[in-house]
Amino acid sequence: MSLELDDLYREVILDHYRTPRGASPLPHPDVREEGFNPLCGDELTLELQVEAGVIRDLSVRSRGCSISVASGSLLAEALRGKPVAEARRLLAGFKAMLAGQAPADGLEMGDLEVLGGVKNFPVRIKCALLPWTTLEQALSRVEPT
Amino acid sequence: MSVSFPLPSFNCRVDCGKDFDAARIRADFPVLARQVHGRPIVYLDNAATTQKPRHTIAALVEYYERHNANVHRGIHTLAEEATDLYEQARRCVAAFVGAHRPEELVFTRNATEGLNLLAYAWGRAHLAAGDEVLISEMEHHSNIVPWQMLAAERGIVVRWAPIDDEGRLDRAAFRRLVSPRTKVVSLIHASNVLGTINPVAELFAEARSASPGVLAVLDATQTVPQMPVRFRELGCDAMVFSGHKMYGPTGIGCLVLTEALAEAMPPFLGGGEMIDRVTQDGSTFARPPHRFEAGTPNIADAVALGATVEYLDLVGMDSVRIHSECLAEYALEQLARIPSLTVYGPRDPRERVALASFYDRDVHPHDLATILDRQGVAVRAGHHCAMPLARRLGVPATARASFGIYNTRDEVDLLVQAIRHAREYLGHVA
Repeated sequence: MSLELDDLYREVILDHYRTPRGASPLPHPDVREEGFNPLCGDELTLELQVEAGVIRDLSVRSRGCSISVASGSLLAEALRGKPVAEARRLLAGFKAMLAGQAPADGLEMGDLEVLGGVKNFPVRIKCALLPWTTLEQALSRVEPT
Repeated sequence: MSVSFPLPSFNCRVDCGKDFDAARIRADFPVLARQVHGRPIVYLDNAATTQKPRHTIAALVEYYERHNANVHRGIHTLAEEATDLYEQARRCVAAFVGAHRPEELVFTRNATEGLNLLAYAWGRAHLAAGDEVLISEMEHHSNIVPWQMLAAERGIVVRWAPIDDEGRLDRAAFRRLVSPRTKVVSLIHASNVLGTINPVAELFAEARSASPGVLAVLDATQTVPQMPVRFRELGCDAMVFSGHKMYGPTGIGCLVLTEALAEAMPPFLGGGEMIDRVTQDGSTFARPPHRFEAGTPNIADAVALGATVEYLDLVGMDSVRIHSECLAEYALEQLARIPSLTVYGPRDPRERVALASFYDRDVHPHDLATILDRQGVAVRAGHHCAMPLARRLGVPATARASFGIYNTRDEVDLLVQAIRHAREYLGHVA
C-alpha cells in the first residue's frame, strides 16, 4: 500500500501482535503496574520480578492495537534476565529512536529496532511507548534511581 | 424556513438550488479538493468537526478586513458595524434553532462551555446535597464531568439512565429513575458514538410529570448539523451546541435558554460586558444574554457562524435530514457486508444521525484508522469522549465514520473498500 506503511507493519510486529511473548501472569511479582492511554483506550498490565538488580522475570499483558501489543511483547523478550541498569538504557534508547534521535554510543537495540518505523506516524508513537512508560513507572517503584 | 426576524446579508455567493446535490455542495468546501497520501480526501470525521464552506471563511475574512472593532460600547463607525454584525449573527442563529427571541441565545466557546455554565451558575444556585441529576449512558464527557464536579463539591447525586442492547435509551428504566428528587435531566439529542436520536421531547415530558420543577437540558451538538432542530418544540429549558460541528468556525458555540431560566440564573464569569453598574460597593448585572457573556466575545467567529446558518438555510435542513438518513441507511447496509464488523446503534436509519461506529474483531480501530488514512479515508478511532459508553459496549475503542452534507454514497463505497484492503493488508480475509 505504501513503503512507510510496510515499515510500520513489519511481519515481525504482526507476529508479536498475533502471539505476544511473555504474556503469562507471574506467580509472585515484586511490582505490578497498570498502563493506560486515555486518548485511545489502550491498556496493559506489567509485572516485574527483580532480584539483586536483575529483572529475573516479567510479564506484559496488553489490550490494544498491534503497535502497543507488539511493543509490549518485544519489551518482555528484550528485558528478561537483564540488569535494571541496562533496562533503563534501553528505555532511553527506545524513546530516542521514536523521537528520531541517535541512540547513545554503543547501545544495541536488537529486535526493538523493528519498531523504528513508528516514528513516521506521530499519532502512533504513544501506542509504542505505552509499555515503556509503564516500565518506567514500575522501575521507579522497585528500585528508585 | 420561517424566520421571525430579518436575516442579515452576508453577500452570499452560494446557489444551492432546491434539489439536494452533494456534488454541487462539495464545490463550496475548498478543503475537499485536497489530496491525502496521493488520494482525494474522503473526509468521514464530521462528528468531530466538519469542514467549512467558502461562505463561512469569506465572512470571517470580511469581518477582519472591513469591520473589526470591539462591540457594544464604541461610538465610532466600525464599533457600530461590529456590534450590528454580532447581534445580527445572534438573531440569525437563534432563528435557525427555533428560539423565540434572539435574547434567548448566549454565545459560548462551544457546547462544553454551555454545559459548564449551567452546572456552575444554575447548579450552584439551585442544587443541594441529595438532589439528583439524571443523565444517560450515552453522554459525551462534556455532559458528565461538569455534573460530577458539582457532585464532588455539593454532594448532589448523578444518576445514569441505561441503554438497551441496540443502543437506545431504556425508556422503562428512565421512568423508574425520575422522581421528585430529580432536579436536572440532561440528555444528548443524538449520540456521537451510536448515532441514536433520543426521543427527547417525550423524555423531558416524562421527567416533568415526575418532577415538575426539573431543569431539562439538551446537548444538540450532533443534531443541529443534521436535521431541523427547534428549541421551543423539544420541551427543554436549555440547549447547547458547537459551531465547528455545524460547518462553522471553532471557538464559538451556543447556549439557548428560556427567559424564565435566564432570569433565575446568576452570572457565570464576572467582568466587562456582563455588568450594568460597578461601584466600590458592588455590581449589578446586565440582562441576559449579555449577563452570560463576560469580556470581549468571539465576535468574528460569531459573525461567521451567522453566515454559516445562512448557508445551511439555503441548503435547507429538511433536505439535509433526508440526505443524512439516506447516507446512514446506505452505510449500515454496506458495512453489514463485512462479516467481521460489529456496527453499533439502532438498525433503523430513521432513528439515527449519519454516523456509524464499528469494531472489527480482527483489526484494532487504531490500526484500521492508520491504514484507512493511507488510502485517503479519514475516520476516527478511540472512545470518542464517551468512555462510560465504550465500557457499556464492552470494547476499548471503536472506529467511527461520520458523514456530512458533502459526503456521497460513492464515499461509503470507498470506505468499505478501504476496510477490506486493511483487512487483507494485515493478513485477514477481505
